[in-house]
Amino acid sequence: MFENLSEKLQATFSKLARKGRLSESDVDAGLREVRLALLEADVNYRVVKDFIARVRERAIGAEVAKSLTPAQQMVKIVHEELIALLGQPAKLNLSGQAPHVIMLVGLQGSGKTTMAAKLALYLRRDGHKPLLVAADPYRPAAITQLEVLGRQLGIPVHAEDVRTRPEEVAARAVKMAAGGAYSVVILDTAGRLQIDDEMMDELERISRLVHPREVLLVADAMTGQEAVRVAEGFHARLGLTGLILTKIDGDARGGAALSIRSVTGVPIKFLGVGEKTDALEPFHPDRLASRILGMGDVLTLIEKAEALFDEEQARKMEQKLREASFDLEDFRQQLREVRKMGPLQQVLEMIPGFSQVSRQLPADLPEKQLKRIEAIIDSMTPAERRDPQILNGSRKRRIAMGSGTSVQEVNQLLHQFRDMQRLMKQFSSGRGRGLFSLFQ
Amino acid sequence: MFLRRAKSIQESLTKTRRSFFGRLATSLFGRGDLDEAFWDELEESLILADVGVDVTLEVVGNVRRRAEERAMRKASEVEGILRQELVRILSQNQQPYLPGVRDLSVVLVVGVNGSGKTTSIAKLAHYHVARGDRVLLGAADTFRAAAIDQLRIWADRARVDIVAHQPGADPGAVVFDTIQAARARGANVVIVDTAGRLHTKHNLMAELQKIRNVAAKQVHQAPHEVLLVVDATNGQNAIAQARVFGEAVGVTGVVVAKLDSSAKGGVILAIARELGLPIKFVGTGETLDDLAPFDPEAFVAGLFEPVAEEA
Ligand SMILES: Nc1nc2c(ncn2[C@@H]2O[C@H](COP(=O)(O)OP(=O)(O)OP(=O)(O)O)[C@@H](O)[C@H]2O)c(=O)[nH]1
Ligand SMILES: [Mg+2]
Repeated sequence: MFENLSEKLQATFSKLARKGRLSESDVDAGLREVRLALLEADVNYRVVKDFIARVRERAIGAEVAKSLTPAQQMVKIVHEELIALLGQPAKLNLSGQAPHVIMLVGLQGSGKTTMAAKLALYLRRDGHKPLLVAADPYRPAAITQLEVLGRQLGIPVHAEDVRTRPEEVAARAVKMAAGGAYSVVILDTAGRLQIDDEMMDELERISRLVHPREVLLVADAMTGQEAVRVAEGFHARLGLTGLILTKIDGDARGGAALSIRSVTGVPIKFLGVGEKTDALEPFHPDRLASRILGMGDVLTLIEKAEALFDEEQARKMEQKLREASFDLEDFRQQLREVRKMGPLQQVLEMIPGFSQVSRQLPADLPEKQLKRIEAIIDSMTPAERRDPQILNGSRKRRIAMGSGTSVQEVNQLLHQFRDMQRLMKQFSSGRGRGLFSLFQ
Repeated sequence: MFLRRAKSIQESLTKTRRSFFGRLATSLFGRGDLDEAFWDELEESLILADVGVDVTLEVVGNVRRRAEERAMRKASEVEGILRQELVRILSQNQQPYLPGVRDLSVVLVVGVNGSGKTTSIAKLAHYHVARGDRVLLGAADTFRAAAIDQLRIWADRARVDIVAHQPGADPGAVVFDTIQAARARGANVVIVDTAGRLHTKHNLMAELQKIRNVAAKQVHQAPHEVLLVVDATNGQNAIAQARVFGEAVGVTGVVVAKLDSSAKGGVILAIARELGLPIKFVGTGETLDDLAPFDPEAFVAGLFEPVAEEA
């Protein structure tokens, strides 16, 4: 029923009167939803618990900014705390003497081999001379896989017989690179379970031999509650320097990133966003935070709305809502403001509460249609816009002509507008904040 | 002091149960009274096992109601009904693997990237060989680098034949040829490896439907099994995987790979409960023998087993 956390919070808070501050009970009601959202996103249970406690402390008694509703204030605090926890994006540390060794580690199937190729391509574009090293003699054809990728990219791959121990392969590759031909060495190690002592010993041996500048945990965005223990396991043995989250191009919310971050403290360095070798993206804490909360880009919208609508305007709008005197003139003005924020459909989808109204409208209200709506409203006289009641047959024909539409379309718009007015009345009388809550 | 002593006595008493209900048997069911804290902790254990909020609340609610109906007052008394409740969810849709007898069975294996499809296929081939079947593998992952080589190596190890085309070839054509070859060579089981794909990629899901149709056209009622390989370390996203793959290609069963990891794979409870999909096999390692038919009781026992580090 509810699409995302914002809407849930909106619903929770719509029962409350607008107040200057968030009370303890407001906060607790809101935090129940936040807790659920985080658990659904696979953030570890204990990490969620700590997080909620911290947010609670900050939120109780917090002043609700004039431009925001209590729900938005709550979202804002949660979002800010989440961003703080996710930390700032960090670049690869390639300081000191070349060749720099980057070691990729992680569970089986997390995407290390593909990531090794992506990093090599990324670094080459950045002016480095990368060497890929196949240090996984266990998984059938893992070496071939890296060789194929290297060949596709024209990036050299150091590989040896499957019977050679990976630490020897790695050490030889680094020694070779030290000759000056390569500036970065990327080690693709075999996937392993953090509870597999022998295999973890192997990683330690490799690390001791090649002194990696970066030890990056490659983790699948779909990872569940165990992410914390996996990360702890690798961190305790190897001292991770960063995290890469893969397969984020799916619909996983990626709560594992938060779990891993909070138990290891290492920065998130990249996101893997596809199977192609250039599908590598830097990490944006704000975007990942919104994703984990399951609320798309609504926060960007809050910011944009805050910037666009000055308080004076918002106050007037609220008044109109209360008096239910919102007319086509106001509607036109709102449409224009909203359109400044981006492509309409995207904007509509981003507005919590509005999605209820937008469901009344054609599902895929395209820009073109919006232009027609604007044209229709533009063709009305100010008096007509203020009081659409006076629109009789001949006025409608004139408007249709003037806007290059049909009487049918004019009727349709009027009909939709009446629906909208009705909905708004419900919102304003129910003390809820609907359509324009964002703009107050 | 007293508490600690009491606990260690309790521990020794429950030692025999330990491997069965693990951590819960000692710390949760051994804690004494059925208080609020007990229910909270049970909820926490289930969520930490990736069971998910919805199923957890339902299970805890049901178990609690039954415990209250029977006026239970000791935590230890709850263990049995909890186990029953979980096993019930997992068992209600259980169906045998490849039921019935036919000349040629076609098994299609699908899943997201890296979930464990290819390895599971090798194990499955081995499982069939041990039962006297003649197995042929179809290398329909023509996309991922060296996927064909990987399957070829496994086919060697499992001593089964494989049909493969060049990298980049049409996977539908591979399936077609595999089935033809199976008929010509008298194989009775065909297992098709497909490229990993995220369920959100429409074009790739459509490709999978095409592959399925190729099999359906050639063999009566094929594919006879469509197995979705789910990584046990996945969390709630596995539900979306099961739903979308299910809708696209009619998944008939789930293989839970990597259950040897420290993760519990509890999300399959949600898959069984919400989507009614039977769980057919579990993978517990990287060798040919590490595959077993799904056993709900053993799985439920594992849900609460302590991980080595914690014990
Ligand atoms: N520990 C453990 N590892 C497994 C298991 N099943 C598969 N793996 C490992 O997981 C990794 C990925 O397995 P694959 O079988 O290649 O997965 P896939 O789904 O075919 O991968 P793609 O074809 O690339 O999508 C390999 O390193 C396997 O050895 C299992 O049951 N336990
Ligand atoms: Mg594969």
